[in-house]
Amino acid sequence: MEGGSGPGKNEVAVKLGSSDHLLGLMTTRRDELAAAWIEVVSQTLAGRISRAELDQELHELYAALVEALRAGGLDASGEHYTEVRALLAELSRNRARQGFRPAETAVSLFALKRGLERLLDDGSADDVAAYLALSRLTDELGMFTVDSFAASREQIISSQAEELLELSTPVVKLWDGVIGVPLVGTLDSARTQVVMEKLLQELVDTGSAHAIIDITGVPAVDTEVAQHLLKTVVAARLMGAECIVSGIRPQIAQTIVALGIEFGDIVTKATLADALRHALRRSAQRAALSVGDAA
Amino acid sequence: MSDRVPILRIGENLLVSIQIDLDDQTVMNLQEDLAAQVVKYGARGVVIDITAAEIVDSFVGRMLSTIASVSRLLDAETVVVGMRPAVAITLVELGLSLGGVRTALNLEQGLAILAKRASAGAAGR
Repeated sequence: MEGGSGPGKNEVAVKLGSSDHLLGLMTTRRDELAAAWIEVVSQTLAGRISRAELDQELHELYAALVEALRAGGLDASGEHYTEVRALLAELSRNRARQGFRPAETAVSLFALKRGLERLLDDGSADDVAAYLALSRLTDELGMFTVDSFAASREQIISSQAEELLELSTPVVKLWDGVIGVPLVGTLDSARTQVVMEKLLQELVDTGSAHAIIDITGVPAVDTEVAQHLLKTVVAARLMGAECIVSGIRPQIAQTIVALGIEFGDIVTKATLADALRHALRRSAQRAALSVGDAA
Repeated sequence: MSDRVPILRIGENLLVSIQIDLDDQTVMNLQEDLAAQVVKYGARGVVIDITAAEIVDSFVGRMLSTIASVSRLLDAETVVVGMRPAVAITLVELGLSLGGVRTALNLEQGLAILAKRASAGAAGR
């Protein structure tokens, strides 16, 4: 019975043994190893992060690593490594924000191997096993670091894009019953979609019967952009509001004609002031009519 | 048997407030009922309030146009009010422009349009 399950047990024993020896090394020669590790990392980061900060970060990580190793062995995706993974995620996030490259982030972990190398002078079988164990561990955690680095950078980029979108599409109230959208910058489908939805929602919220889309700040108009503009105007009309397009610059007007885009019966004005005057005149006509009703 | 949308009378105008998701049969019934009521009460205006409608498909869109044309034949102006932005965008994407249908942002503005038309008509008479 003992003999039947022998090989499996032996394998387990070797695994446990190696991580035990690694744990022993990491505990007894803690200061030496940590110092060597920090030394290597700070060399690669070349003073772009303060030594004290690095010290604190890596010591924290080191302590968590030893703790996890003691409780959970080499299972880097296990629950005992939650703390380590949280620290690594935070480290990657900080590095991403500070503009480090992914390699420079991952090296923080891989350098631990280099630190261990210096301690293995006699090269006994136990030492080799410990080195291999650490190697496996850092590989797995290194992958995790790169992953979370990419994830946090992705997040930063998308939140910036969102902020930019929010920034660049204000809907302003110009007068009672007249709202305006000053468009600045290049229009693409995503942006036009946002502009469209914001404008239409604002029409509903304010009950404004007139909207002015000012494209003075739009550098170029192609068929796609024109198509989006036309759609917005038609959608506003469907909801019972009138849209005026203003601020078409001379060369853009020429482009539009050259492209053969038909604006149809959509009111266009050269400047925002003209558009506002037109809108006010229209609403004044309405007002005059309703005053006439009352009289 | 599908639901029937109630039609309310306010003075010379008829008000239809759509509170349910419209299926094809309901819209067909609405068209018939509206035509009958316009004649019965001699209505001058029809207001269709679609504030609560989340979805307007191409069939319903076309029927709104048809209702407007039928009502016009019976001397009543149709105003569709309270269309949501999402609905408007969908209709535009579908390529429907609801030709011949007057629209207004809300019920108040819709009734104002009808009142204006009524007073213009009264002056003309």
